[in-house]
Amino acid sequence: MRKILKYSFYDLMRSRWSYVYFLFYLLLGIVLLFLNNDLNKAVITLMNVIIVLVPLIGTIFGVMYYYNSKEFTELLLAQPVKRSSIFLGQYFGVALSLSLSLILGLGGPFVFYGIFNSSAIWDFSLLLVTGTLLTLIFTALAFVIALFNENKIKGFGYAILLWLFMAVIYDGLFLMSLMYFEDYPLDKFSLVATMLNPVDLSRVLILLKLDISALLGYTGAVFQNFFGTSFGLILSLGMLGLWVLVPVLIINRKAKRKDF
Amino acid sequence: MIAIDNLHKKFGKNQVLQGIDLTIDEGGIFAVLGPNGSGKTTLIKSILGMVLPDAGSIRLNGSSIKKDWKYRNQIDYLPQIANFPGNLTVQELIKMIKDLRSDKTTEDERLIDVFKLQPFLNKKLSNLSGGTKQKVNLVLTFMFDSPLIILDEPTTGLDPISHLRLKTLISEAKEKGKTILITSHIMSFVEEIADEIVFLLEGKIYFRGSIFQLKERTEQPDFEHAIAAMLSSSYA
Repeated sequence: MRKILKYSFYDLMRSRWSYVYFLFYLLLGIVLLFLNNDLNKAVITLMNVIIVLVPLIGTIFGVMYYYNSKEFTELLLAQPVKRSSIFLGQYFGVALSLSLSLILGLGGPFVFYGIFNSSAIWDFSLLLVTGTLLTLIFTALAFVIALFNENKIKGFGYAILLWLFMAVIYDGLFLMSLMYFEDYPLDKFSLVATMLNPVDLSRVLILLKLDISALLGYTGAVFQNFFGTSFGLILSLGMLGLWVLVPVLIINRKAKRKDF
Repeated sequence: MIAIDNLHKKFGKNQVLQGIDLTIDEGGIFAVLGPNGSGKTTLIKSILGMVLPDAGSIRLNGSSIKKDWKYRNQIDYLPQIANFPGNLTVQELIKMIKDLRSDKTTEDERLIDVFKLQPFLNKKLSNLSGGTKQKVNLVLTFMFDSPLIILDEPTTGLDPISHLRLKTLISEAKEKGKTILITSHIMSFVEEIADEIVFLLEGKIYFRGSIFQLKERTEQPDFEHAIAAMLSSSYA
């Protein structure tokens, strides 16, 4: 798997899109810092951007890479390489190069600004960890979608829908159900509902760490009450880990049974 | 060398292979022919383990290929469409494929010379023309010394000189005692090089034998007409 990963990574590191993505984050970091002039505020703004944008980029890149490298995958399939190695190698190649663009692009300006001497260093690190986890999750989901759909257009459609659902629609539905069932105790329901969406989970995770109760919202508050800050942090990180693991296992399983 | 037993494969409702029994002995050039959609590529991909059969077994040198991947060290495969990761250079691609195989003795330098690929070695694969890509593809296929070579439409996009060189490469491989499996639509090419024909029709083996036997059976003077006669008799 490591060999495939290495070459996928090389290939992607030289692709224009990795640089566009990198430069975008670089610019975002610089602009936020010099407009805000406050590291803590910049971190919160960044969170809002990361939580929506990282999943979108991960999904699109994942689907695009899978379909674009289809013939190459066929070449690899004829080589003495295990199937799971091919797909997991490609997946980690994409996810790692995206994560690297994110970490370097955002990290650069913040390091330059003096994050190491600031108290915001841990908040910022957590932000990058969450961003990386979101990249891993959504790239994996994109690969799952692509593996199950031979048709490119369909695959793209489903991938965009998935992102839209997780990043936008889910919250709306969630809020509506909270309003509709307001007469009932809803803490357990909202806990579960938050766990089932990695985007929400990441938001709660970062806000717990930042300890801004005003921004926590209902779910965040329930989360904090129910688990406390530190256990809540660990639990949400664990859940995000599970969100990576499950799609990766599905990729592995599907790759073994698919015809090419 | 290859023993295929009662191979079945269905894609959705489309039954592509309907019970193929085929044994191929070591050494010689075998052409797998048949009209479009007769299952040629599916058969080849089943041997490579890219398509997983619904029923039946494939054995290579006596051992089943199911759930095995190391056996592919013994096969060189030329896919029909060559498309490589665009941002790698030709040299890197060659290095990578070498890296993936256990067979470390390679002939890439000689083959690069044969196909005059030196000026392209440091070019990105996305900038190559279709024919040049096919040449790279041929280098990747022929640079290892594997006992089984599978070529899926090897002549696509090649200029006449490269075509001639390809034929030389194939006959060299044959002289070394290798087994070569070819699909092609170019009948003159097949007639020139193939020792034996395997004719597939609707997922079954319709004919197997030498070109001479085929001509005899169809009572046609030349190969192309013999194939045509076989097709029209089967359609009738």
